[in-house]
Amino acid sequence: MSKLVAFAAIQGAYNIVSKAEGTLKKAMDKYGPDQKIEFPNTAYYLPIIYSILGIPVKTLGDARKPMEAARKLLPAHVKNMHHLPYLGPLLDAGMSALFAEEVAEAIRYLEDPDFYLVSEDIDETSGKIWLGAAEDTVFRKRGVEFVDGTAPGFAAIVGAAPDPETAKWIAEEYQKKNLYVFMCANQNGTTFSEQLLEAGVQIGWNTRLVPFGPDISAAVFALGFANRAAMAFGGIKPGDYKKMLIYNKERIFAFVNALGEVNAEWAANAAGCVNWGFPTIADTDIPEILPTGVCTYEHVVANVPHREMPQRSIEIRGLKVTVANVDIPLAYGPAFEGERVRKDDLYLEMGGGRTQAVELCSMADMKEIEDGQIEVIGPDIKDIKKGDRLPLGIFVQVAGRQMQEDFEPILERQIHHLINYAQGVMHIGQRDIAWIRVGEQAVNKGFTLRDIGVILHAKLHQDFGAILDKVQVTLYTKKEDVDKLTATARENYKKRDARVEQMTDEGVETYYSCTLCQSFAPNHVCMVSPERTGLCGAYNWMDCKASYEINPTGPNQPVEKGECIDPKLGQWKGVNDFIYKASRQNVTHYNFYSLVHDPMTTCGCCECIAAVISACNGVMTVGRDYTGETPTGMKFTTLAGVMGGGASSPGFVGHSKYNICQRKFISGDGGLLRMVWMPKGLKEELREGLLRRGEELGCPDLIDRIADETVGVTEDEILPFLKEKDHPALKMDPIIG
Amino acid sequence: MASEEAKETLKVVEKEKKKIKPEEKSVDPATIQMLYKAQQDGVETIFDRAETMKPCNIGIQGTCCKMCAQGPCRLPLTKKDMEGKDTRMGLCGATPETIAARNFARMIAAGAAAHSDHGRGVAEVFLAASRKESEDYKIKDENKLKEIAGDFGVSTTVLVDGEEKDRDIYDIAVEVGEKILGEWGKQEGEIYYAKRAPKARYELWKKLDVIPRGIDREIVEIMHRTHMGVDQDYENLMKQGSRAALADGWAGSMMATDMQDVLFGTPYPIHGEINLGVLKKDHVNIIVHGHEPLLSEMIVVASQDPEMLQYAATKGAKGIVLAGMCCTANEILVRHGMPIAGNYLQQELALITGAVDAMVVDVQCIMENLANIAQCYHTKLITTNTRCKIASGDTIHIQFDEHHALEDAKRIVKTAIDNFPNRKAEVLIPKEKEMMVVGFSYEAINYHLGGTFRGSYTPLNDNIINGRIRGIGGVVGCNNARTMHDSAHLIVVKELLKNDVIVLTTGCNAMACGKAGLLTPEAARIYCGPGLAEVCETVGIPPVLHMGSCVDNSRILMAATEVVKAGGLGNDISDLPAAGCAPEWMSEKAISIGQYFVASGVYTLFGVNLQVEGSPVFKDYLFNGMEKVFGGKWDLVEDPYEMARKMIAHIDAKRKALGIDKARERVLMDMADRQKLEAA
Repeated sequence: MSKLVAFAAIQGAYNIVSKAEGTLKKAMDKYGPDQKIEFPNTAYYLPIIYSILGIPVKTLGDARKPMEAARKLLPAHVKNMHHLPYLGPLLDAGMSALFAEEVAEAIRYLEDPDFYLVSEDIDETSGKIWLGAAEDTVFRKRGVEFVDGTAPGFAAIVGAAPDPETAKWIAEEYQKKNLYVFMCANQNGTTFSEQLLEAGVQIGWNTRLVPFGPDISAAVFALGFANRAAMAFGGIKPGDYKKMLIYNKERIFAFVNALGEVNAEWAANAAGCVNWGFPTIADTDIPEILPTGVCTYEHVVANVPHREMPQRSIEIRGLKVTVANVDIPLAYGPAFEGERVRKDDLYLEMGGGRTQAVELCSMADMKEIEDGQIEVIGPDIKDIKKGDRLPLGIFVQVAGRQMQEDFEPILERQIHHLINYAQGVMHIGQRDIAWIRVGEQAVNKGFTLRDIGVILHAKLHQDFGAILDKVQVTLYTKKEDVDKLTATARENYKKRDARVEQMTDEGVETYYSCTLCQSFAPNHVCMVSPERTGLCGAYNWMDCKASYEINPTGPNQPVEKGECIDPKLGQWKGVNDFIYKASRQNVTHYNFYSLVHDPMTTCGCCECIAAVISACNGVMTVGRDYTGETPTGMKFTTLAGVMGGGASSPGFVGHSKYNICQRKFISGDGGLLRMVWMPKGLKEELREGLLRRGEELGCPDLIDRIADETVGVTEDEILPFLKEKDHPALKMDPIIG
Repeated sequence: MASEEAKETLKVVEKEKKKIKPEEKSVDPATIQMLYKAQQDGVETIFDRAETMKPCNIGIQGTCCKMCAQGPCRLPLTKKDMEGKDTRMGLCGATPETIAARNFARMIAAGAAAHSDHGRGVAEVFLAASRKESEDYKIKDENKLKEIAGDFGVSTTVLVDGEEKDRDIYDIAVEVGEKILGEWGKQEGEIYYAKRAPKARYELWKKLDVIPRGIDREIVEIMHRTHMGVDQDYENLMKQGSRAALADGWAGSMMATDMQDVLFGTPYPIHGEINLGVLKKDHVNIIVHGHEPLLSEMIVVASQDPEMLQYAATKGAKGIVLAGMCCTANEILVRHGMPIAGNYLQQELALITGAVDAMVVDVQCIMENLANIAQCYHTKLITTNTRCKIASGDTIHIQFDEHHALEDAKRIVKTAIDNFPNRKAEVLIPKEKEMMVVGFSYEAINYHLGGTFRGSYTPLNDNIINGRIRGIGGVVGCNNARTMHDSAHLIVVKELLKNDVIVLTTGCNAMACGKAGLLTPEAARIYCGPGLAEVCETVGIPPVLHMGSCVDNSRILMAATEVVKAGGLGNDISDLPAAGCAPEWMSEKAISIGQYFVASGVYTLFGVNLQVEGSPVFKDYLFNGMEKVFGGKWDLVEDPYEMARKMIAHIDAKRKALGIDKARERVLMDMADRQKLEAA
């Protein structure tokens, strides 16, 4: 009966709010109202409060306002007879509990800074397994997966399973279904996260099994993550609570699994989640709320057996998950991509410096190869013992009526994650620096090297069936064969690179759109040309072309660039017409080669953001893996917040790392010679390209004239350096005006 | 003992008159008990007269024309007229349909005038409050005012040194108030609120040219057109009837509701009690009766004033009970939880308890016989509005003026207190009283379906689409002494609930439901089909939602509009699986309400009778022809079971048209589906 849920949840919310009020008061007495509070390395302040109420909480004093809001939202207790309606009040109570918990968790970071490990991974040896709020680097990386659909949503698991084996089974089911598992709360001191560790399951962001915290209040990290995604990628403005919550209901497929006895505080949190459209599925006999409306389908479903819970949960949430069917003895899916094979579990290692490992995909004639033929030439798992090494050559031959040589590198690039998706197998690197580790657990389950071929054959057919008809895989494990393949491969790579290098925007009449992110940023349209690769770094022109061939009605559409409106800034009529339509009339036009004048929009998942540094007459750029300050006075996350969501923001542009060394990079504003600041790491990563481009631009040591954080992170700090180095930007025309 | 003199006034000659059987007159035990007491006290009531005095045989058919001194021309329908060519006509040649349509249109004019003139009164107080000419009224619901301001194109912000700032709430109120007051006298253009309707409905009105220009103009035009020798085309008459009715529903009434909400607060769910049992023997009992909240709001304040309570104590009373009757009661109930003594047909009975020290009336539905009955007991009957004075009996008039409202209210309360010691011995208060949960403004429904952050009508629509709720029934209207009191109301409502139709109610139906315990959340389990019961349980609501007074029928229009806007149930009110009815109607206001519902696209059923039977042509136009024009139509069904059945059949037909008559598959979304989603 819903009345009992309402009664309990409202009671729970009172407890939570009162406790948080006490916590806040004590902290204020101790530290004073000006004491800073935050979730370390995150933007958006306390994200639930910020996104729903629009209040940026930066200090303890700032936390008073949302706590007052929480108190005000607390409804009257539900009477037994002739009670007043309680659904609205129940949802309000839930929301007030979440505000209070978010404040309490922020104070926990202040009081007990080591309680949560600020990291992507847990540190099991030192017992630091609680990760708390995802830092922005993690959030950006993972958030993109929600955007592109690699992760359709998350299961918020509250409490603990009856035993570690059940916990493991449930977690792996979700992993196989590509969902994230966000874990919090405990059942009499037992947590789901610890149960997984006990069952030997790797937890952390990399395996999509995220241990947020041992208390129910850690639920705010899951909801905060969802709201950060909506603000960063969906362009939802802080304080626009209605849009925020509907966005979550429609686009983020999350739900709660309550494992074990549901107490009043859990009930309050579950009620809070209903605001987001996230239902609760419980394994105990709690009152159900089945009529639909606030959530897409049921709101609370009880008594679900553990073995049915994952399947029932996704149905209740209204989610369809297509699971890849790959006939190997291991669990398979993107959730296992980040899982590691550690030294003590290592059974077989190939490549990684000790032996040579190489992978090559090449197009073959239809008559030349046989589909499904997988051959291992040389020793396989059965022929070796634990701890051995082998060289490896993966030779994938594909044929098909729609196949083109240009697609070879695209298919080859799949090898990395396709192998990585297998549980217990790890793949690092690519081309001739590939590195594969196979764990003992995988071997125990019956994995052989032949299965690599099985994976590639099955998945390439599944994902690229539109362009290929036949896939044949040969795995070489004898040194002479591998060396031979390596030589062939290197020749191939060279030819390919040259081909791509020579492509220019002028050389093609068709660009490609990318609206993959429209599931998250509905007004954003990316446009990809040969010399302006996708700003997320994942799609270049060739990828888009292939993607279009594979799925002609998909997110990558050919766009006739049409009449050139501005060759310098890079604007075309055909492109403008397309973006106007595809942005649902929100964006009329933009330029490919400028950040000063109507730059291209971004959804927020860009790899780098370039910004004008007017005092230095130049620009800077920063990648999302750099967490420090920049000379704009903003960190990457703040910059992304300023410009995400599909708006054109003059002075800022999102781009890929690769784009920096492409010839057309901000050529309308003076090109790469404008670059006055980059993080050191990025500079090093792009060293080769920067040197080459410097040469071409007549400034061979450009890379050394670009300042980085070791020089300074303010305009004033870097300007003397630029002057000293005689940076070319200082002599160029004024960048603005 | 009632005084001998009063008995004489009533001319009750018991021996000559057939005694009524109270059990046949009402389903309400308190009413039955008081009817027995009336008989015992020798007091005649409307129930007695309904027995002895039958309605006019020709008038009831709607075909008596008394528009000029050449008549009245009486054109009753005979068997002959029904068989051959209908050759009936008045002296001037007016056909039965012209006569019936003119009479019908005049009922609309009267009804619309009543509601709208009520609205005008509120507008005047609203302006006085906005201009701070009255200390006693304040702007209470600022959010609602700002919303209304949007409808009238009144800015809620001002530019101060180039910066947009919130505008002073009283400045907004003055401008809104002036615009509102202008709606009565407007001669051209459109009433502002027409645009509140669903777009398709607005477009249809525009195409049909029925959007009211100004309230008074449309009413006056009916009076002109129905004058001897003017409009003699029943369809054209009803076009004007529709205009005037829309001016009531979408302007006069709707603005009255909105301004009352701004002044006194928008109703949100609250507890209340109902029936004669709310009166207390040892308290000063004051009943406010009529339709406006303006004075009663002040009496609420005055009756809780410590000074007044102390004064009551000096007279030996333990306190002051302020209870309402009719729609004045609904107004103070939904905003303050003030108790209700009863509905229309209980007004005389309240006095028969002998416990009412003052009955204070404003306007509408006030029976003149109250003055006679008051004389039989000690009750002071006090009129307060210049529009409504009563010559009969010892009625006192205390003119209420919004400029010193509280002072007037205190004077009235003091009069009641002073009358307390005059009680006579035979005080008998029925035990009956029921708890209610009331106050479902369309804003409150919105809130309760999703809270502060997710409030919307989507869950309602969703559960209509998935079939848990079959449809929406609006059950409203008066009591009618020609039918068993409250019986038809309750039968229709219970039948609807049994069939999973959620009921929205106002006026005297709401009170009938309240007395029968239908306005409690517990009623859902007892009376509803499983689907509706489950939804009620989820939201924690009664299955019958009390939305306010009869002026507040405009809230039902807005709720219907919100349902349309929430999506999935068509584009117009006429697409909704919904129907409305007034099983025990009696006042001309009901006809105006009926017509504005029909013109808004609602299938509207009336009980008792509709004075159109004398003209089959006009009746056919109302019952069938209008559907082609407005998508809504009239119907007359005396049997309440049949009434409910027809409403449900209509709801089912609409469900079928919407394609929601069959169970739907669960839609599971994948990434591609999400990419197809419209912009957030």
